[in-house]
Amino acid sequence: MTNGDVAFASSRRAWARQRATGGVVAILPQWRTCRNCPIALPARLSIVAGKQHGMEGMNFDFSDDQKLLREQARRFLTERCPPKAVRAVLEGDASHDRALWSAIAEMGWLGTSVPEEYGGLGLGYLELCVIAEELGRVLAPVPFASSVYLFAEGLLRAGSSAQKAKLLPKIADGSLIGCFARSEGAGPLTVKSVRTTFKGGRLNGIKRAVSDGLAADHALVLARASEDSGERALCLALVDLTAQGVRRQAEQSIDPSRKHAQITFDNAPAEAVGQIGEGWGITQAVLDRAAILTAFEQVGGADTCLAMAKAYAMERYAFGRPIASYQAIKHKLADMYVNNELARSNAYYGAWALATDAPELTLAAAAARVSATQAFDYAAKENIQTHGGVGFTWEFDCHLYYKRARELALNLGAQRSWKDRLVTALEQSNAA
Amino acid sequence: MDFEDTPEEAAFRKQVREWLAANAPRRGEGVGGDELAERTDKAFLAAAKAWQARKAEAGYARITWPKEVGGFGGTPIQQVIFSQEEGKIKSLDGLGGPFAIGLGMCIPTVMTYCAKEVLARYVKPALHGQEIWCQLFSEPAGGSDVAGLRTRAERKGDEWLINGQKIWTTGAQISDFGILLTRTDPNVPKHKGLTMFIVDMHDPAVDVRPIKQASGASGFNEVFFTDLKVKDSMRVGDVGDGWRVALTTLMHERLAVGGGQGGGLDVPQLLQLARDLELEDGPALRNAAVREKIADWYVRSAGLKYTTYRTMTALSRGQQPGPEASIAKIVVAAKLQDLTAYATELEGELGSLKGEDAPLGGMFQLGWLSAPGLRIAGGTDEILRNIIAERVLGLPQDVRVDKDVPFNKLPSGR
Repeated sequence: MTNGDVAFASSRRAWARQRATGGVVAILPQWRTCRNCPIALPARLSIVAGKQHGMEGMNFDFSDDQKLLREQARRFLTERCPPKAVRAVLEGDASHDRALWSAIAEMGWLGTSVPEEYGGLGLGYLELCVIAEELGRVLAPVPFASSVYLFAEGLLRAGSSAQKAKLLPKIADGSLIGCFARSEGAGPLTVKSVRTTFKGGRLNGIKRAVSDGLAADHALVLARASEDSGERALCLALVDLTAQGVRRQAEQSIDPSRKHAQITFDNAPAEAVGQIGEGWGITQAVLDRAAILTAFEQVGGADTCLAMAKAYAMERYAFGRPIASYQAIKHKLADMYVNNELARSNAYYGAWALATDAPELTLAAAAARVSATQAFDYAAKENIQTHGGVGFTWEFDCHLYYKRARELALNLGAQRSWKDRLVTALEQSNAA
Repeated sequence: MDFEDTPEEAAFRKQVREWLAANAPRRGEGVGGDELAERTDKAFLAAAKAWQARKAEAGYARITWPKEVGGFGGTPIQQVIFSQEEGKIKSLDGLGGPFAIGLGMCIPTVMTYCAKEVLARYVKPALHGQEIWCQLFSEPAGGSDVAGLRTRAERKGDEWLINGQKIWTTGAQISDFGILLTRTDPNVPKHKGLTMFIVDMHDPAVDVRPIKQASGASGFNEVFFTDLKVKDSMRVGDVGDGWRVALTTLMHERLAVGGGQGGGLDVPQLLQLARDLELEDGPALRNAAVREKIADWYVRSAGLKYTTYRTMTALSRGQQPGPEASIAKIVVAAKLQDLTAYATELEGELGSLKGEDAPLGGMFQLGWLSAPGLRIAGGTDEILRNIIAERVLGLPQDVRVDKDVPFNKLPSGR
């Protein structure tokens, strides 16, 4: 056994408990021993050295182990996160589903991509992609994205050893929730739009529409730290949201199953993450990675919409037959399917780029983002349309997806920004 | 995107590259044409046949076919590698076109249903480019509704007497043989009375008339049969089993037609145009609206490309490809039409020119003129959506008023 196995076997995590049942866990050692070779990657079209791993040829899919993880995650979330749980957050004042959050922490998912030295499982991004898709499928009302894709990722990329050692273990075990505060006014996030200042260890300014800003204990804040021009003035600041000088206020959201907050910093104590001047670059790098993981959530959500629309169309009769037998409905659902498959494939490519830290990552992230946003938006609105009047009622679940689709489309930046980023990356890859 | 190969794949790629470098016709020497131009002239055909023969001699004509029938005995991945490398050579553009239907659809069908002696006669010449095949299914009265066809085959002893008309037959005017779907029993419901035959396209009882398409090209034809006699040994599958046999062919057709990428007209070509073109406010590539359009089409192209990779992954693991393979043509055809129309918009008034007179040699105009055909051939957009809805999503079939009615009792309309 490697050290990792020992740590794993003695861990409290549910994956370990499943080991005895021959579930997912049995394959973990294999993941570990293969960490330095591409066995687990969906990647490089091909790329697996056949003899070593008993496979050959193209390998643009998740491994059997990862598929087992997916099944396990799906079973768990189907049970623990029914639409009722999403509605409880949507209709209530709670910032998130705390019971679900604890259970997810127990499963070890929060530390999936956090290195073992910081208390995580150190598995990698592909496993995180698998989990993201399942969270998206059920609209899990927990601050997973904010805490894991954004906050932990920001610390991992730019934090000091001390910052990582202090906070990442708590992120991994769920005892601390993080978020990432960026926007201040209407319009896209630009260097110029950042007015919040970070000087002399103090933050001043107001951040708006901060996703999971109420649930979070700590935040990364994009702020202006010098008088330099352009992005050299920007810095990422780490702030304890429970400290003096921080005021939080709920903001109304189109999707209240993810709560948003306005956060006011009034001489709040903070420390830099990375160097002054690096804030914008780190933000872009974190957003690229978060976009890929979010694309998996979007693909999961879009899949659910298609399944809901199909189920309803099969049982709803009009003019003497199921509406699923009319071409107007069939073609709509076929279009959903086409969009969803394209989005899934783009997300897979993103997963490969994420897992290998490929030079194509920005292009892959933008493509995954745009494709998944379009698919989820289309599936969510046409799911309501397929349901007809009842689809527009509060009682049916269609609106939960409609709302989440738009929320995910805007959180991390709108399509038009990502399309511009995509073409810029294309220009660069063509010039190279 | 140059994905890494396994050592075995890299070795195969190297072998293919070296072989292509030594054997492919040089630029100018070859007469590779634009896929969308649908050339059928003698010089083009001679070049296509010569190239096909050269590939067949080296075993590269069909990578995944077994060696016994002249293939390479290779894997689907090796087929992809070969196609990738072949596709990089401009002088080879479109040269595989005349053989795509024969080797992609007709011969696989014949191989599934015909006797050894028949295979011994036909497979090798087709593989070596000596004989071209076409697929004779659609009729004026049965396009999307193929099983509504009326071409009649009547048994006369050891022969069949065939009368009727086919239409939209790609490559009939250059074909030596065809697989023909006929009605042998009009007294049973339409799917049950069909039978397939191999026919000699040079028989005097076969009259081929090219159709001038909206694009100006003549890729497809009308084909008339007047008292054509066909030996029973040329039957493909059982009498009355023609629909099942045809489904084998159509399954191959959708893979083959969907495999095209719209004549190579895609985002890179649009980028090329946008880079050099000045709009009111500067270079087109700096214009936000143009950039959004480029991104929209890019995500569909990329999505399709990676969907193909997923399909290939399934193949290379020995699994059946999933239903994701069925989306290709819907995406490619619509994108070709929209992207090319938009490119002509960027070109302004000169966008209305074509050929050498138009910007960039008129490639977008050619694509736009050809796009309606791609949305129809090999299953219309609508039929493909029905297929996805019914076979992939499992939605119920539309009400079929003709289902249990004998063919000769069906109303026929126009």
